[in-house]
Amino acid sequence: MTLLTVEDVHKRYGREEVLKGVSLTLNRGETKVVIGPSGTGKSTLLRCVNRLTEPDSGRIWLENVEVTSAKTDINHIRAQIGFVFQDFNLFTHLTALDNVRLGLVSVKKLPKKEATDRAMAELERVGLRHKAKAYPAQLSGGQQQRVSIARALAMDPKLILFDEPTSALDPELIGEVLAVMIRLAEEGMTMIVVTHEMGFARSVADEIVFMEGGVIVEHGPPDRLFRSPEKPRTAEFLRRISELYGQEGR
Amino acid sequence: MFPSPSFPLTAETWLRVGPYIPVLLRGLGVNIQILLGLIALGFVVGILIALLEVYAPRPLAFVGSAYAWFFRGVPEIVLLFLFYFGLSRTFNIPVSPFLAAVLALGLRSSAYQAQIFRGALLSIPHGQMMAARALGLGPVRAIFHVILPQALRLSLAGWSNEFSSVLKDTTLAWGIGVVEVMRQAAYIRGRDFPLTLPIYLTVAFMFLVLTYAGNWAIGAVEKRLRVPGLETRR
Repeated sequence: MTLLTVEDVHKRYGREEVLKGVSLTLNRGETKVVIGPSGTGKSTLLRCVNRLTEPDSGRIWLENVEVTSAKTDINHIRAQIGFVFQDFNLFTHLTALDNVRLGLVSVKKLPKKEATDRAMAELERVGLRHKAKAYPAQLSGGQQQRVSIARALAMDPKLILFDEPTSALDPELIGEVLAVMIRLAEEGMTMIVVTHEMGFARSVADEIVFMEGGVIVEHGPPDRLFRSPEKPRTAEFLRRISELYGQEGR
Repeated sequence: MFPSPSFPLTAETWLRVGPYIPVLLRGLGVNIQILLGLIALGFVVGILIALLEVYAPRPLAFVGSAYAWFFRGVPEIVLLFLFYFGLSRTFNIPVSPFLAAVLALGLRSSAYQAQIFRGALLSIPHGQMMAARALGLGPVRAIFHVILPQALRLSLAGWSNEFSSVLKDTTLAWGIGVVEVMRQAAYIRGRDFPLTLPIYLTVAFMFLVLTYAGNWAIGAVEKRLRVPGLETRR
């Protein structure tokens, strides 16, 4: 069942066209992993989905609601789409608990007690219940990213967009974040993940999307795409990535 | 042979100041009222101007900048005269000298406070706004729940500067006839001329105490609002 439809999205920054007509569909419960060289529009694509960046043209639907329609209440749409940023963007003046609780109280209008219980449950889910009172600056990068995943989960999102969630982390902290994401995928969360973690892509993705130069060059199930890419550009990228990150991409 | 000084500073003159202290304090009370009024007005208007300058579309942002230019460019005493005589005598709006002082000094302060808040707003990373919007908060909610609480914390140091400055500016209200501490001092001096220097030294001392107390209070607020983990000095 289709949850998200992206149809021929274009985005231009000044002279440079970052997205040159990108289309994809995402089924409920599916995990799509977007890979590709830096600066090829992967993050822009994610940001277009909830209109943190306004696409220049093209249409996007969440279920049967057109996200890109001027009549759509975009705040209502965003509340249904989790977004996890590369550099976490936790609210620095709020505790972990309040970071998770803010959307529940001021967007979903939950009573405080209920919001607190829900926020604590989500912190528990990412293994950080004991850090509820800590401020972001008192947490490691991995912990901050897990709190930001809890913040997204608390909103009961229909899907979560991950924008290079482990790229800002020290290598030894990447594992704890990936573990949370793997569990989410197993539990049936719908996700689009932009990442360079090929091991994760390979084991979790239902489909890999390879983007370059503002277009989707090739997409397919991980086994096929990693073993026998159809396009030379894909093969080239995978070869370079495996040189950089070792054998896990093979 | 030197003539004896007309403003003597002797133990005898100091002793004569004592009975006048309640009168001076009554005057100082008026300064404090002006201060509270002007700083509150300056705070509210200052935040609005800063938000306009940072977030509003061009034409509105320009209004904010023009406002700041006017109120930072005209001398305070001129503003006081403009507000008092302009409102009460030209437009026949019945404002007391006190109210005119609060308005003139408050709006002037708002232009300075706006610059403090603007700098703080600009220093909040863009990601904070993005994360708030991604959660589904509208722009106003995002500003009030996420951006302002962080920006105001950063503003406190600069704001304590503005506080010290406007505290002393309240004495300018003397110029439009507010019976505040300088006016009381002038009355005393008129009655007992040799007390001139001890009286003004007393007034100076009162302001030194107020400046100290005010900055101590702001420091305490700053400490209370400090976000754990973000301190530079532990």
